[in-house]
Parts: sequence; structure tokens; C-alpha cells
Amino acid sequence: MEALLKLIDKNGLIVAFLLVGLLTWATDVFSKRVLSSKIPGSAIAIFMALVFGYLGGWIAEGEKGLADLKLFQGLSLLGGSMFRDFAIVSTAIGANFFLIRKSGLLGLISLVLGISVFFIGGVVLAWLMGFRDAVSLCTIGAGACTYIVGPVTGGALGASSEVIALSIGAGVVKTIAVTIFTPILAKKIGLDSPGAAMAFGGIMGTSSGVAAGLAATDPKLVPYGAVTATFYTGLGCLVCPSLFYLILNWLVA
Amino acid sequence: MIKGLALLSFAFLLGMWTGELLGSFLGIEANVGGVGFAMIFLIFLKEGFVQKGWWKPELEFGIEFWNRLYIPVVIAMAASLNVKSALSSGILAILAGTIPVFLAFWVFKILVKSVKPS
Repeated sequence: MEALLKLIDKNGLIVAFLLVGLLTWATDVFSKRVLSSKIPGSAIAIFMALVFGYLGGWIAEGEKGLADLKLFQGLSLLGGSMFRDFAIVSTAIGANFFLIRKSGLLGLISLVLGISVFFIGGVVLAWLMGFRDAVSLCTIGAGACTYIVGPVTGGALGASSEVIALSIGAGVVKTIAVTIFTPILAKKIGLDSPGAAMAFGGIMGTSSGVAAGLAATDPKLVPYGAVTATFYTGLGCLVCPSLFYLILNWLVA
Repeated sequence: MIKGLALLSFAFLLGMWTGELLGSFLGIEANVGGVGFAMIFLIFLKEGFVQKGWWKPELEFGIEFWNRLYIPVVIAMAASLNVKSALSSGILAILAGTIPVFLAFWVFKILVKSVKPS
């Protein structure tokens, strides 16, 4: 037993691969069998990870969630800023100029509109809840865009771990909300053509939420929504910690 | 595989450096948009390689591996955050995750309506 504990201690990153793999496997099965894929497995996995992070913080009374427990310390390496930013940059490989041109002006307008609506909404709500510093406001606003833009922005601006956790929470709730409400509201808002789906992907942004929501609405629309949604996170990571932060900093000061 | 990874690393470092330079240029102690710049560099690098005919599936594999790893990395990150103290303002996460969504549905409806007649 002692030998095993020593082994786990020495190979933290490998243990983290195992843990995250097991969680992903379990939530994928749960998503397929119990929810008939209505909510994406990845959203459930991230939500469960936040729950485990809470439990970890409760047991270890530290600030790094589950990673404060010695058994799970590898998680903070796998989920650290270096791997996180590196993995996010790699997603740009799916984008290409052909698709960018194809989605065209409507795609661009919807992307700019979408990021602004979510960012401003998040910032206003955070302000109402008592946050006053530009870094926290910006991080939460970015989290309202997606659960990736939040931590990237928070990491770049030096936000606290709890504000970053909050921004991820907001992003995960958003993914679930988009997934659930897209098929319900689709008819009412005129989401019925490839062009509309492209604009929808740009405005909503969350790739997994848009894909799952459109799949429940009309599977033929999924690729069109996904085309624009792909750019949302990249554009968010570019403007939230830069342009939006500067404007916010100026407004707050 | 490692060549693709090297290409990704090159774009990553160049982007992060741009972000740092922009940050110090603007006088803020932060990396300003480094991840976004790195993504743009990667797209341009790939496009350049494709046009020169240098792009190979083998290159893409090294980058694609990290592309697939990004959700797992986010999961690990979520588990290692200070969720306990964030929960004290957990209601904000729920509000910030839902209210803008409804706002966006409304904006979408207006956008689609205003584009359709033309």
C-alpha cells in the first residue's frame, strides 16, 4: 500500500490522466444512456469536476480544490495555465480560411454581437453582485462568454482562483442553458435555415452547447452552427483580456 | 508528429510573446490576448504551409492530439480551483450563465429578421 502511495505521489500527471479519463468515460455513458445525449457529456464532466473541486476544498481546506489532496495533486499540473493555454491554441487547427470566408459578413457580425452581449451581461451581473475591480469583472464577463474564455482571461489578468472558478461555473451553466433552450425556442426565433444556424453559432458561441442544441432542433443545421462557433472562443480570448479589459478598466477608474 | 508539435509550440510562444509585449506597451502587468494571437499565428502558419505544399497529415496529428486534449485539461483545471469560496457567490454563476443566454436569443431573433428581407 505504501509503495502504491509513493508511486501515485511520484507520477501525479499520469494519475491525473487516469482520473480525468475515468470521469469522462462515466459522464459520456451517463449522457448517452440517461439523458439521451440532450446535455453534452463534456458539460457534465466539467460540472462534476467543479463538484469534486468543492469537495476537495472542503476536505483539505486549501485553495486548489481537489489538487490540495496529495493523491490528486497531478490535476493542478494537467489543468495548469501552461497546458491549458497550449491546448486552447491547438484548437485553431480546425479553422481555415475557406470556412472563414464562407461564413462571411453575417458570421462576423454575429460573433461580435454575441461576444459583446455575453460579456456585458456578465459584467453587469457581477457588478450588481458587488464586484468592483476591473480584473474580477472582466474575468466573470469573459466566463459568461464560455468556460474557456473565462479562465484564459482570468489567468492573463491575474484574477483570484475563486473568481476563475466562478467564471467557469457561469460558462458551464451557459452551455447547459443553450443546449436546453435552443430546441424549445428554435421556431419562435426563426432558427430554421443554414444561414440562420451560422448566425446562431456566432451569437451563442459555446461549441458543445450549439452543437447539442442544434442537433436536437435539426441535425442538418449542426455543421453550419459549428463553423461560426469555432471562432467564438478564439475571438473571445483575443478581445476579453485586451480591448474589453482596457475599456472596463477605464470605466471603473 | 513532433514537427507538428514544434509548429504549434512556435505559434504558441510567438503569440504569448506578442501578448507580453502588448501588455508592457499598454502599461498593464498582464499578457494581453496572447492566446488569441497564438491562434491567429497558427492559422496563418498552417495556411502558408498548405499553399507551399508542405502540409502533411503527420504534422496535423501532433496538433490534433492537443486539440483533443483540451476538454480533459479544462476538466482537470475545474477540479483544481477554489470552488468552495466561489460557491459563496454561486448564484452569480447561475445568473451570469442564463440571463445573457436569453438576451442573446432575443438579439438573434432581431438579427435574423433584419437580414431576411434583403
